[in-house]
Amino acid sequence: MTGHHLAQLNVGTLKHPIDDPRTHGFTSMLDTLNAVADRSPGFVWRLVGDGGNDATAIRTSLGQDVIVNMSVWQTRDSLWDYVYRSGHLDVLRRRAEWFELPKSAFQVMWWVPAGHVPSVEEAVERLELLRAHGPSPIAFGFRDEYTAADAASAPWPSTVAG
Amino acid sequence: MEDIEAIVALQDPVRRRLYEYVAAQDHDVSRNEAAESAGIQRTLAAFHLDKLVDAGLLATESRRLTSRTGPGAGRPAKLYRRSGAEHHVSVPARDYRTAADLLAEVADGARLDAELRAAAAREGQAARAAAGAVKDLDAVRAVLAERGYEPRTDEGGAVLRLVNCPFHVLAERHPALICGMNLALLESLIEDADGLRARMDPRPGLCCVAVEASKNNDD
Repeated sequence: MTGHHLAQLNVGTLKHPIDDPRTHGFTSMLDTLNAVADRSPGFVWRLVGDGGNDATAIRTSLGQDVIVNMSVWQTRDSLWDYVYRSGHLDVLRRRAEWFELPKSAFQVMWWVPAGHVPSVEEAVERLELLRAHGPSPIAFGFRDEYTAADAASAPWPSTVAG
Repeated sequence: MEDIEAIVALQDPVRRRLYEYVAAQDHDVSRNEAAESAGIQRTLAAFHLDKLVDAGLLATESRRLTSRTGPGAGRPAKLYRRSGAEHHVSVPARDYRTAADLLAEVADGARLDAELRAAAAREGQAARAAAGAVKDLDAVRAVLAERGYEPRTDEGGAVLRLVNCPFHVLAERHPALICGMNLALLESLIEDADGLRARMDPRPGLCCVAVEASKNNDD
């Protein structure tokens, strides 16, 4: 649907500190991967920490050892092609070397009006919604095919539910 | 039953030749090109191509091959490419796909990436032990074709790209797990091929792995 973009947040718990040599395989590829993202078709925006070139310095209410990655894309397919059809896949293939086994959903997507830059708090809220209520038009994953129109008419779960 | 009909449509040798030609091209194929490849008349080629479309094996679209539009531009050409649909027939009925997806779901959730890669490497080793070492580019191409990868040379013959993913449905549902498995399998299969290596190089619409000359200073 035109007029809307797809925002995504993914989170991971590092096995070792970000500056640990055992994490180097991951951190050494970040600049390359981010450069690939920046010039991918359909890329709109990604989260970057103050004075950095990536989001690894940003911490959220999810915890001190949890690093986040967040971006906005024109379509689901443009995001898919970056995540799974670019050099990024080779890093995913090695995820178990650097990240703990996730105990709950670690990736969430939702539609935003084109031009809206989502905040980290907003993104974490969407992840919490997905974790608490499962996929819905307001917080979903790659397997789900919700449109921005679905999201516009979807009810938000009340805070007491779930 | 539709699947059986699709497969039966390939029994005709001319039709099968046309299908294989279209599937092997990196572009959509016109009736003229297909007819030429099979050495038959254009009208006969059109008949068989449309039978393949009816069977769900090929997809088609009409497109003008020139930028001319308006009166006098002629009818748009009908172009063919392989359809994205998969066709399976098993007699009696078997459902390995559901089982494979459930197993992959569990392995993905438990992050058994390394264990699956090790198993894939053993599978590659066993294949080498059974069929003999794969030594050069021609042998690599043959073994990949045999396994359904549909290898195609690229960059002046320096790179083999794989047009078909034999694990397509699973790879779409569990990419990190299944593509890692696929790479480990291919690495192991072509381990004896001097100066060649399998490498992750995913591109839209292709298998995640490419085979290329190994660089001396690499790894």
